[in-house]
Amino acid sequence: MNQKRKIRVLVAKPGLDGHDRGARIIARAYRDGGFEVVYSGLHQTPEEIVQAAIQEDVDMIGLSSLAGAHMYLFPRVVELLKEKGADDIVVCGGGIFPEEDIPQLKKAGIKEIFTPGTPLTEVVNWVKENVEPGSS
Amino acid sequence: MTLDILGTSKMSIADKIAAGDIRAVARLIRDIDDMVPEAREVLKDLYPFTGRAYVVGITGAPGVGKSTLVDQMVAHLRKAEKTVGVLAVDPTSPFSGGAILGDRVRMQRHSMDEGVFIRSMATRGYFGGLTQSTKGAIDVLDAMGKDFILVETVGVGQDEIDIVRSADTTLIVLIPGMGDDIQALKAGILEVGDIFVINKADREGADRTVSDIRLMIEMDEKRYENGWKPPILTAQAVFDKGIKEILDEVEKHATYLRSSTERQSGIKYEKVRNELAEMIKDRIVRDVLSDFIQSGEFEDAVQLVFQRKLDPYTACDNIVSKKLKPGDK
Repeated sequence: MNQKRKIRVLVAKPGLDGHDRGARIIARAYRDGGFEVVYSGLHQTPEEIVQAAIQEDVDMIGLSSLAGAHMYLFPRVVELLKEKGADDIVVCGGGIFPEEDIPQLKKAGIKEIFTPGTPLTEVVNWVKENVEPGSS
Repeated sequence: MTLDILGTSKMSIADKIAAGDIRAVARLIRDIDDMVPEAREVLKDLYPFTGRAYVVGITGAPGVGKSTLVDQMVAHLRKAEKTVGVLAVDPTSPFSGGAILGDRVRMQRHSMDEGVFIRSMATRGYFGGLTQSTKGAIDVLDAMGKDFILVETVGVGQDEIDIVRSADTTLIVLIPGMGDDIQALKAGILEVGDIFVINKADREGADRTVSDIRLMIEMDEKRYENGWKPPILTAQAVFDKGIKEILDEVEKHATYLRSSTERQSGIKYEKVRNELAEMIKDRIVRDVLSDFIQSGEFEDAVQLVFQRKLDPYTACDNIVSKKLKPGDK
């Protein structure tokens, strides 16, 4: 049967931020959009996130951050993916970010940043339009 | 820079997996899951490298603490210097086709351990293929060299119990106070349970649950004559209590399986038989049905039955007889 591949996404919260309600809401929205969502939970180091992403062969990592350490943590994830030869994995961020940080994050390799208030349909559709399952 | 004659790019996927290449393992499991035809060929190449790992199935209703239990089992096995592969299977939503794979959360402390490979999979229950994907993933982890493979599934339906048929030892995990739920699970459980674990045993009703299970097992005394009588253990996985005892029983079961070549080959024979039947069934369904879906004949038939212009039995016979031409019988 010629089946289209399913999109696999890792939703992770790096750092010390302990509020995961937003990440869970996004995870559920992704599931409702037909994706397989590996939820790796709170307090993840960039190393743990990348290792999980590789083992799970995900197409995208969604990083959730509300606590402000994104300028270090997010680019570090991109860096580690490159080191491990896994930079085909798309990295996105969601949460609370100062406007001025966004261009820098994108320059560091974060493909898109979703701020609070973005409709869930938009978040899900972005993945469908920008992430190719199983590509590399 | 030295010239690499046998460059890694020339290594076959099977070689990479046997060498423990994490990316290759992860990608192959994905390809098997997505039913990429080439993946099947790799599985054929890998087969000679399989058969070494000991497979433990862990099943039970949602919320009984399977993932926590698996996490602790991994910790104990690692202390004993065994390498471990974990497959955590969660249900696919029948509405969206998506899934939340959240078991990994409980095991993330092992993610940086090179001796552990954790993979989350969704049942993708439509049109079967359930056993195929998981079986394939088990083979890959086996070929990769893992000593133990722990397969965690939600044991609600018959399909999930089938996954566990691929296991050498099956753990059924329950919690106190399940009452009627035990009755509901009864049919599948008694068939496949090698070890029963009452988790969260600090809760009220633990003793009652133990005796309920014991009663069920005693009632079926005849099955266990000269055989393996499933032990009933208690545990509190979150406090790391009872885990050593569980692994001791797994070891005992492994020894029991090995103790008689007759028994061992008998059980193994059944497993191979069931697995092959499942694979063939699955393949036939997929290939045959997909043709009819593609050609539109299937939808036409659905329409006719829906409008009550045709009964489903005739519709089915019409479709199937098209595939099985007179000469085929």
